Amino acid sequence: MSSYRARFVSLAAAALAVGVVACTSSSSGSAGNTGKSPILIGASLSLTGDFSADGQAFQRGYELWASDVNSHGGLLGRPVKLVILNDGSSPTTVVSDYQKLISVDHVNLTFGPFSSLLTAPAANTTARYRYALIMGAGTTDDVFHLASNRQVHNVFSPSLPVKDYLVPFANWIVSLPPSERPKTAAYPMANDPFAAPPVQVVQQILQRAGIRTVYSKVFPAEVSAYKGPADQVAASGADLVVLGSPDIPTVSAFMQAFQQVHYNPKVFAAASGPDGGQEFLNAVGVGNATGMMVPNGWYGSYANPLSHIMVQEYIAKYGGTASDINTDVAEAYSVGEVAADAVKAVGTNNAKIIKYLHSGVTLNTVQGPARFTSLGENPRPASFIFQWQNGHYLQVLPAGAPGSVKILFPKPNWIGQ
Amino acid sequence: MGRLIYEAIIDGILIGGVYALMAVGLTLIFGVLDIINIAQGILVILGAYLSYVLSVHLHIDLFVGLLITVPAMFVIGITIYWAFIRPLRGHERTGMALLASYAVAIVIEGILYWIFTPNYVQLRAPYVTASVRVFGFYLPYIYLYGFALALALVGLIYLMLYRTKFGRSVRATMQDQVAARLIGIDVNRVAGLTFGIGVAVTAVGGMMYGATSGGFNPNSGYDLISRLLAIVILGGLGSIAGALVASVFMLTLESVVNVWSPEWAIVVFYAALALVLIFRPAGLLGRQAVREQ
Repeated sequence: MSSYRARFVSLAAAALAVGVVACTSSSSGSAGNTGKSPILIGASLSLTGDFSADGQAFQRGYELWASDVNSHGGLLGRPVKLVILNDGSSPTTVVSDYQKLISVDHVNLTFGPFSSLLTAPAANTTARYRYALIMGAGTTDDVFHLASNRQVHNVFSPSLPVKDYLVPFANWIVSLPPSERPKTAAYPMANDPFAAPPVQVVQQILQRAGIRTVYSKVFPAEVSAYKGPADQVAASGADLVVLGSPDIPTVSAFMQAFQQVHYNPKVFAAASGPDGGQEFLNAVGVGNATGMMVPNGWYGSYANPLSHIMVQEYIAKYGGTASDINTDVAEAYSVGEVAADAVKAVGTNNAKIIKYLHSGVTLNTVQGPARFTSLGENPRPASFIFQWQNGHYLQVLPAGAPGSVKILFPKPNWIGQ
Repeated sequence: MGRLIYEAIIDGILIGGVYALMAVGLTLIFGVLDIINIAQGILVILGAYLSYVLSVHLHIDLFVGLLITVPAMFVIGITIYWAFIRPLRGHERTGMALLASYAVAIVIEGILYWIFTPNYVQLRAPYVTASVRVFGFYLPYIYLYGFALALALVGLIYLMLYRTKFGRSVRATMQDQVAARLIGIDVNRVAGLTFGIGVAVTAVGGMMYGATSGGFNPNSGYDLISRLLAIVILGGLGSIAGALVASVFMLTLESVVNVWSPEWAIVVFYAALALVLIFRPAGLLGRQAVREQ
């Protein structure tokens, strides 16, 4: 066989691969059919790579919002068209994506990517062009306190700041009678800007309340790195475990390791993972999920009229039930709602949008009211804490709030032990 | 502290067995074909998904399911070889093979995304979370089985290489492809079958990864490939025993460092690779050593 054919086969394979990548790297929403030029909205999302599960959920949220807006005549009488690029979960690609969206595609507005690892470079890039970046995820201090944001003030998020996620949980532990309150706590944290900050806040609150820290270490967010810290937490015998987890596999791996060494803490909360709905149950089983606690800023049955409408529209478009809807969808949808309010008020000029969103105006979103600080945070007073109870994902905190049920405490033992 | 270190050593040895199962195929393929199969990570994940389908949809036990997934992966390996690797010739073969195997990885990843979505899944069985207590230490059954399987597989591959006619052909091909051709060995057939065996072994590694990782999705292969490459380089490219020794060594080292600082553990993993290669550039049981066996 000639070397020409060999080259051809290899290049054909490469071309096929590039084709597959291309198929997953571009997407756009429907622009409606009003005859007017569309308002272009650009976003870079992780449709492949480490954050692909969340990135694709975000895409559904953005597209659902665009579809809703267009079905109601668009914005300012113009249809909305999404230009979504795939960053492959790469902080480098996200920069070139936003450069392309602004300087080549000439989008009118930019929406944020998923994950703090990507929102920070996205915020820097959009700030250079003086574009507002409205984002639903990546709400860490690292992003809000970027030098570019302190200068341009272009970042806005209607979602709850990450560091406050577990505050209601910490307050609940502190409120327990001394005889019931856990005496020792372990804080294993993945090296991830989303996972560690809320756990560190809990640690500060509980230490002030006299709960002794017996383990507090950051571990790499790598599969082979989970068992060691999990075994060390188990060896510490902590009454309470607060895991800084970025995803389901991290929580699942810790739960598996705890079961293997017959260790069952009285309270087990995770920053993320148990909020994954059926996906989480499939990974760990209904019985073992019972008692697991997790914070969240939104859930499918959230008693909010806008949220209720969005849930119905989501189910009509994608099927399933309210509990199947990923929080990412609501976070993305609320980004669109903020943008829509701003465009209706001041048009598509980004300088005016930034000024408007900093004017102290309160906007309504599916995640509740949004009012932005000078750095673009939405400091709502509380988040929700959920707990799995016999296959049901239930709101348990704030205690006494509408929809909250009694907390299962202490956590039941693992199934089969 | 002493108890934690002992526990870390046990963890490292057992997890090392799991990684050996994933790395053996990679090093075997390099040994015969002189190519780095970048698709090895995604093939591990493909093996995990095959086990997942058998377990969830047909309720077949994870280990029993290997009787189906191993031959299935063997066929997939042969197909990949004949379609993408075999046509490559000449000086550019190694580079082209990298490109071709990367393309294969992307195509398989795309297909897995299409079928299974990015949602995480996990392989579950009662023995995944169960353990036996020995001298006060809990030893998870899944890791014990995995380690035993790794030893058995390495032993089987050695028997195949040193006790069969096919094994002699493989070793001859590993030493000198031109000379092997001259003495009548069908090098293409040997290479194809070896590639198939290398991918088939990956089915076992995939099952173990799927059961012990906490969850996987089509993207999980990328997290694996850098570690697997580090292991086979440390073990000596082409050395089966080297892959096992390097897996156990590196995972044990990482696990022990984990006791003091989980953040430094991963750094030490790769620092150990660099350090060993300074003194043994061919790896622990590198090509020269393998050829002398």
